[in-house]
Amino acid sequence: MTETAPTPPTAPPASNDGREEIVRTIDVIKEYRMGEEILRVLKGITLTIFKGEYISIMGPSGSGKSTLFNAIGGLDKPTSGKVFIDEVDIAQLDALELAWLRCRKIGYIFQTFNLIPVMSALENVMLPMIFGGMSNSDAQDKAAAILKRVGLENRLLNKPGQLSGGQQQRVAIARAFANDPAIILADEPTGNLDLNTGKQIIELLRQMNAERQVTVISATHDFKMLDVSDRIIWIRDGHIDKIQLRQDVKIDVGEMH
Amino acid sequence: MPPAIQKQIRLPLSKAIEIALRSLRVRLARSILTLITIVMAIAFLTYIWTTRAIEPAAKAALLQAQGIIVAPDSSGASRTVWLITLSLLVCMVGISNAMLMSVMERFREIGTMKCLGALDSFILKLFFLESLFLGAAGTLVGVALGLAISILLLSRNYGHAAWSNIHGSTLILIAAGSSIIGLAITAAAAMYPAWKAARMQPIAAMRVDV
Ligand SMILES: Nc1ncnc2c1ncn2[C@@H]1O[C@H](COP(=O)(O)OP(=O)(O)OP(=O)(O)O)[C@@H](O)[C@H]1O
Ligand SMILES: [Mg+2]
Repeated sequence: MTETAPTPPTAPPASNDGREEIVRTIDVIKEYRMGEEILRVLKGITLTIFKGEYISIMGPSGSGKSTLFNAIGGLDKPTSGKVFIDEVDIAQLDALELAWLRCRKIGYIFQTFNLIPVMSALENVMLPMIFGGMSNSDAQDKAAAILKRVGLENRLLNKPGQLSGGQQQRVAIARAFANDPAIILADEPTGNLDLNTGKQIIELLRQMNAERQVTVISATHDFKMLDVSDRIIWIRDGHIDKIQLRQDVKIDVGEMH
Repeated sequence: MPPAIQKQIRLPLSKAIEIALRSLRVRLARSILTLITIVMAIAFLTYIWTTRAIEPAAKAALLQAQGIIVAPDSSGASRTVWLITLSLLVCMVGISNAMLMSVMERFREIGTMKCLGALDSFILKLFFLESLFLGAAGTLVGVALGLAISILLLSRNYGHAAWSNIHGSTLILIAAGSSIIGLAITAAAAMYPAWKAARMQPIAAMRVDV
């Protein structure tokens, strides 16, 4: 990581034509205080993400992917800068609105799956609907339908401990889609999975993204993600290094081999 | 068109009860351990109260039947009060500790629930209820055990003299007193851990370390 001045993001012409914007960050800076020192992890991130896009945030370990991701997801407040979701500045939201945002607008997928261990697959998927105020029986029907969609119709009553990693991540995906969110945020969704299972999970995410017009934002090191992403945002040392469209990336990957 | 962002609804208490009961059931071994602490403390309290309420009269009655008249003595009263207080305190610390451990262990689960839309107040209720249910169950068993042991011992030692001095109303009073104390100490013990859980941030869901 060289100490070069921030290169302006070489964004492809933000072809805004007809596309609705769903996430916008403006000069997001995040600093951590480590005793005396201040560690600046995000050094001014400005980007726009459109409805229905599949975005991968790529970059070396420690470059700030998760930090950016947490700022977008309303999980962590940036030191300065703004994050807009659906044109609402999320720093202005109160606790109830933030909870609503997390419940209805955003679906989270974690590297460690994060299923509630005491609940069955069905109950895990029902949980966000229950938090959203849906009745038990409606939630149950809808959860069963989504689990069927991710190929787990025979595992409804299994606890997470009785499921493989790939199956657990499928449950987590079903849970993230439970309240028909506008955005799916996935931080290293394939980080704990083997190559093949990872591929299937990515494929599933891509299909759900296309089917439901959901925006998927995924932070990852996983080059398998490149193939399915509409755009790849490369982060290096807290800056946007470049933003690439899929067709351009294919050439790059080809050159790498 | 509805506003872009709305307010999250508050769930009815029944939902928190449902989930709290399930958490207890699944973590049965841990739950039972905490339960035993409460059972022992409350059984001890009930035993002491019952014995102290009945024994002097039973002893007097027994001696009177043998032609000896004595004044009922109440020596060692302050020592027992001290013992009871100590046992209740130990019990409270035990419950608090067990709950706190459970909260710290479940950081990812709590963070995840927050990511899924759980409100602080819901998490607070969840953990508070978990302790309260343990407290209620432990108290119930403790009272029953305390009464049974004290009555058994009294009737062994004093026979008929004990039985004629056991009054239902006294026992009910003791049971009620023990129950209130049992619930009160669990509620007090649960406050800090439940608050701690409620304050946990959604970002805890992302933590990978243990
Ligand atoms: N809570 C924190 N306190 C201090 N420093 C932090 C904290 N969280 C992250 N950092 C630092 O911020 C930098 C970026 O971290 P981040 O987790 O965003 O990286 P990343 O790109 O997601 O890496 P990886 O690919 O390994 O997940 C790292 O140098 C990390 O040490
Ligand atoms: Mg990361």
